[in-house]
Amino acid sequence: MSSTDQAQLQNPLQPQTPSFAMLRTLGGIAMLAGFLVVMVFQWTKPIIEENKRIAIEKAIFKVVPGAASRKNFVLSAAGLFPAETPDAQGETIYAAYDANGELQGVALEAAATGYQDVIRILYGYSPACQCVTGIKVLKMAETPGLGYKIAFDPAFLENFVALDGKLNNDKSGLENNIVAVKHGNKSQPWQVDSISGATISSKAIARMINDSGQRMFPLIAKHLSEMQGGRE
Amino acid sequence: MSVLPNQQEQITADTFLRGLWQENPVFVMLLGLCPVLAVTNSTMNAIAMGLATTFVLVASSTLVSLLRKAIPKQVRIATYIIIIATFVTMVDYLIQAISLDLYNALGAFIQLIVANCVILGRAEAYASKQKVGAAVVNAFGMGAGFTIALLCLGTVRELLGAGTILGFQIFSANFEPWVVMILPPGGFFVLGAWLLLFEYLKQRKERKLPNAEGATS
Repeated sequence: MSSTDQAQLQNPLQPQTPSFAMLRTLGGIAMLAGFLVVMVFQWTKPIIEENKRIAIEKAIFKVVPGAASRKNFVLSAAGLFPAETPDAQGETIYAAYDANGELQGVALEAAATGYQDVIRILYGYSPACQCVTGIKVLKMAETPGLGYKIAFDPAFLENFVALDGKLNNDKSGLENNIVAVKHGNKSQPWQVDSISGATISSKAIARMINDSGQRMFPLIAKHLSEMQGGRE
Repeated sequence: MSVLPNQQEQITADTFLRGLWQENPVFVMLLGLCPVLAVTNSTMNAIAMGLATTFVLVASSTLVSLLRKAIPKQVRIATYIIIIATFVTMVDYLIQAISLDLYNALGAFIQLIVANCVILGRAEAYASKQKVGAAVVNAFGMGAGFTIALLCLGTVRELLGAGTILGFQIFSANFEPWVVMILPPGGFFVLGAWLLLFEYLKQRKERKLPNAEGATS
């Protein structure tokens, strides 16, 4: 055994490659990686944004029947601002107008914890009938075949065609809490008939609409005329 | 026939076909099972995941093979991971550009291709030792083998779990879907059934082989 072999055995961590070679490789690869990622990011960015815009627009027109155009606003207790306003704080809402420019309804986002993860939905609210006009699940991780049905089950979606969201007398909240009831027990227009086998997911939907409605419906009522005139 | 380490392989049909059959990453080597079980609840997801993995596999094998003499062995794993992560990030953006629905269906498993041991395994065991041509052909073979394996699971699970294939209704409306097939346990059931089938075929071939030899001698 030669002396260099022995030295390596005694100190196996002794580098055999100069540090410069390692730095050069890692640095070079990292630069190449950065270049490639940025290139693809730049190239796909407008396409992805367009995809997202189309997806949101499709969802809005689905939850607000009769809608043909939309305008984004930011709504909070501080007031209603067009979405383009810099530093506007609050929730983004989508006012939807029909072909004649009449306000048909407002689409809002809501979220609550479901069976596995947060469920995010977009739902439509019509100030004219003070009711929810439709929902669309944007993101969920519910069990396929059970909780998953909240997005597709026709009987469940029927709940949200005219779900009562009337304001109370002093217009500070809802007259009746929107609640989920056991499957087949719906007796009031503000109740949501749960899917049997998917109670937690159904309750989550009712809860998120109720929370969002208690907060947002009075604000929408307050700023209704601004939205009506806000169309482009 | 596997290749001995440090031996340059001539490109033959076998370079490609090994990944499909003898060294199939899923059914023979049982590698990368996490995405195999997780995203194969529909045929479309299986195809998308298979193609995404194949792209990353081929691209990273090419780059690793090209740079094989410039990468010091102390930093080789770190280098492979950076290379793989780069291509995975690119695939992530590309799938978002192609279809947001598909992207949402695949969830976190696109990003998790980084940790797919099929890819790192190929880089370490093959691409880092072979010329570019052989590395690319072999990576394509492995990618095709992986995609076929995903398809084997995806079609069966979608058919039994939803009565459809690629969204087209196959069974009549009276068919009651076996929801368990779409759930995680279904992945294990179907993978187990396929492994059973391949093992049976292998054993039957082995049983026949000595008999055939005995007949000719």
